[in-house]
Amino acid sequence: MIPEQELFAPGHNACAGCGPAAIARLILKATGDNIIVVSPTGCLETFSSLYDLSSWEVPWMHPLFENGASVASGVEAALRILGKADIPVIVIGGDGGTYDIGMGALSGMFERGHRITYICYDNEAYMNTGVQRSSATPYAAATTTTPFGRRSIGEDRPKKNLAAIAIAHDVPYVATASLAYPRDLMNKVKKSLTVDGPRFILVHSPCPVGWGFDSALTVEVSRLAVQTGLMPVYEAENGEITKVFKIIPRPVEDFLKVQRRFKHLFTSEEGREQIELIQAAANENITKMGLAKEPGRKVKVDAS
Amino acid sequence: MKLNVGAVCGPGGSKKNKTGHWRSFRPKVDPEACNGCGICFMYCPDASIKIVDKICIIDYEYCKGCGICAHECPRDAITMEEERK
Amino acid sequence: MTMGTKRVMEGSMAIAEAIKAARVQVISAYPITPQTHVAEFLAEMVANGELEAEYLKVDAEFSAASVVFGSAATGARSYTASSSQGLLLMTEVLYNMAGMRIPVVITGMNRSVSTPVSIQPDHQDTITFRDTGMIQLYVEDSQDAYNTHIQAFKIGEDRDILLPVLVAADGWTISHTFEPVETFPQEEIDAFLPPYNPLYKLDPKEPVTFGAIAMAHNLMEFRYLHHQVMHHAKKKVEEVAREFKERFGQDYGGLIQEYRTDDAEVILVAMGSLVGTLKDAVDEMRETGTRVGVLKIRCYRPFPDEEIRRVLSRARTVCVLDRSISQGYGGPLTIDVKAALHNQRGPQVLSFMAGLGGKDVTIESVKGIVEKAQKVADGIPVDEEPEFVNMNWNIV
Ligand SMILES: Cc1ncc(C[n+]2csc(CCOP(=O)(O)OP(=O)(O)O)c2C)c(N)n1
Ligand code: SF4
Ligand code: SF4
Ligand SMILES: [Mg+2]
Repeated sequence: MIPEQELFAPGHNACAGCGPAAIARLILKATGDNIIVVSPTGCLETFSSLYDLSSWEVPWMHPLFENGASVASGVEAALRILGKADIPVIVIGGDGGTYDIGMGALSGMFERGHRITYICYDNEAYMNTGVQRSSATPYAAATTTTPFGRRSIGEDRPKKNLAAIAIAHDVPYVATASLAYPRDLMNKVKKSLTVDGPRFILVHSPCPVGWGFDSALTVEVSRLAVQTGLMPVYEAENGEITKVFKIIPRPVEDFLKVQRRFKHLFTSEEGREQIELIQAAANENITKMGLAKEPGRKVKVDAS
Repeated sequence: MKLNVGAVCGPGGSKKNKTGHWRSFRPKVDPEACNGCGICFMYCPDASIKIVDKICIIDYEYCKGCGICAHECPRDAITMEEERK
Repeated sequence: MTMGTKRVMEGSMAIAEAIKAARVQVISAYPITPQTHVAEFLAEMVANGELEAEYLKVDAEFSAASVVFGSAATGARSYTASSSQGLLLMTEVLYNMAGMRIPVVITGMNRSVSTPVSIQPDHQDTITFRDTGMIQLYVEDSQDAYNTHIQAFKIGEDRDILLPVLVAADGWTISHTFEPVETFPQEEIDAFLPPYNPLYKLDPKEPVTFGAIAMAHNLMEFRYLHHQVMHHAKKKVEEVAREFKERFGQDYGGLIQEYRTDDAEVILVAMGSLVGTLKDAVDEMRETGTRVGVLKIRCYRPFPDEEIRRVLSRARTVCVLDRSISQGYGGPLTIDVKAALHNQRGPQVLSFMAGLGGKDVTIESVKGIVEKAQKVADGIPVDEEPEFVNMNWNIV
């Protein structure tokens, strides 16, 4: 049963259909009210914390953009010395605050072994400042700093594999999740809290405004990312991948074509080639991670 | 209300901010079709859905009309209607 | 009055002793010369079980400041220290915690900043904290460093204040120099400094939101409140110094300290370890009848303008010795002292750049400064301001 208690109160200023808002609400439903949350700067922080109009029904702190993991480390250390180590600590931060500017702090938090669940809601760009690319922006996506143009196909580098980086830190619990599968997300959050040591959860979090799709499609788009193999959903415990969310792979076009950020791929010859590259990357995920429900099944790419 | 030290504020004050007026489309629930499965409740980013007696009830004070609930409902029990202003 | 134990120790140890005496609960630091000894001594104390604290060895000063920010917000007494580049790296966090009114004590073990690279002392690092909204105290020697660190917790954690406190101590001159320091029994320190009892903290029993957003309709009002508290902190700094003096017989001044200023025609103004040299020079000059004194600025922010006016208006000439520079204008301390004296029919203020990057300031150099002050008082016009003391003009 999903608890009825709303710990992420309505009245926040997220855009209609905001993925991160839906995710924050689900995370708190999983943790319950015995929790301390730290959020670095980003959309979630901004739309939930106007003075005296906070959406947080739990203790919450927004320090800066780059130090969510370090501030949380201090919170956890304080709880230990104050004899209150039974209160769990989580961070909920965007991809910019996690993959980019907060990376050093995150690596330190992992390496020091803090009992903190760091949750990155990944909307694949700096949304709060107007959709600029981050190192989580997927290949070929157009953002305001990686626009499509005569000499640009959009973002020219593949997305950084942050979950793998977390695993390489010997983080005992690493998971990826998606808004499309809320029970799975909530179970992972709950499970993480029982792990002794640092934990990392990456949640794919569609943003209707930044990705350019109708606000009704937020969940649909996150589902498509998983079902195309572009967003593998899995769990890794003590360095081993222990659980993979199986899919019947769909062509990546299904995911790409509903979003404005990939629109240029469908209007040019070059774009077609890019789609093939993206499909190849999805196929690699599918084979490498064993995502397909029916092993060996090939995905036919229709590039015509 | 006097400002507080360091801009520290209490929990849940956002409930004072009624976001319902943002809406241009209004989700309308067909009580015949809805079986109270709660999928819409799970996804709503604005905590604007409750399941009461196996029926989905929408809180129009906060609902922004995103349409996720209507799109995700497996029984097509929710339709989006243009908001009359 | 409590009797302490006098031992010869390094300045860094005096600071570590103060942190231990204050029963700090969370420490985080990142090594940089000349702060390193403090970080090491505290690590030793924690390793030996002398100090019951969580000590987080972090990836950078930005994280060190962030860790103690988080721990203090959760209700633990928290401490960090750094120097030079490390302090600069902390800057954004310091503004953030001051605005959020989270009390933490930070040692700024003063060192110049790059470029050119220098590990020598001056105030170029901590002077940049002027507008962070922290309370900023500059100490004169190891004993002052010990006393002031203990006082800093009491000032910052006071429910009427709630602010981070920077204690600036000159690198090398204080950090690495051995001097006799009197430390006091733990029970007596405990009686002076009760456990930290925050007004707000991160606690599921009473959830609050820290770090909210202000808008045009209230940002300036929040700034006003912070500014008011800084004013109010002047009284607190004095009060806490007075109580410390009464209990422990230690007196290094409150906001300021006067030294032989009563009948002084020339008053020298400075912060930090330079003050010791000035006092020695004054003693020598007094022997030959020169009416000269020293005004130590112990508290740089909040700036004790009224106290400064009271003392300086009696002098004919004031010589401000700055240990940092605002390129394109001059000495930051001079600028503030001049502003404090404006509209006064008071003394003429002369500006001196002294001891940048560890440049020697000798008793002879101080005498030169005072001679210049006397000439100016006799009507000889001032040349280029500020005067750079002990310059090697052959290489510029
Ligand atoms: C040090 C610093 N640099 C830049 C910014 C401006 N800034 C605020 S939020 C943000 C992007 C946040 O991106 P992300 O973490 O992905 O969160 P999102 O807004 O996408 O949810 C940026 C660049 C800042 N606040 N602080
Ligand atoms: S821009 Fe995107 S992530 Fe930010 S509030 Fe709007 S929908 Fe949510
Ligand atoms: S339209 Fe959107 S905001 Fe309104 S109830 Fe449905 S899901 Fe919630
Ligand atoms: Mg983002």
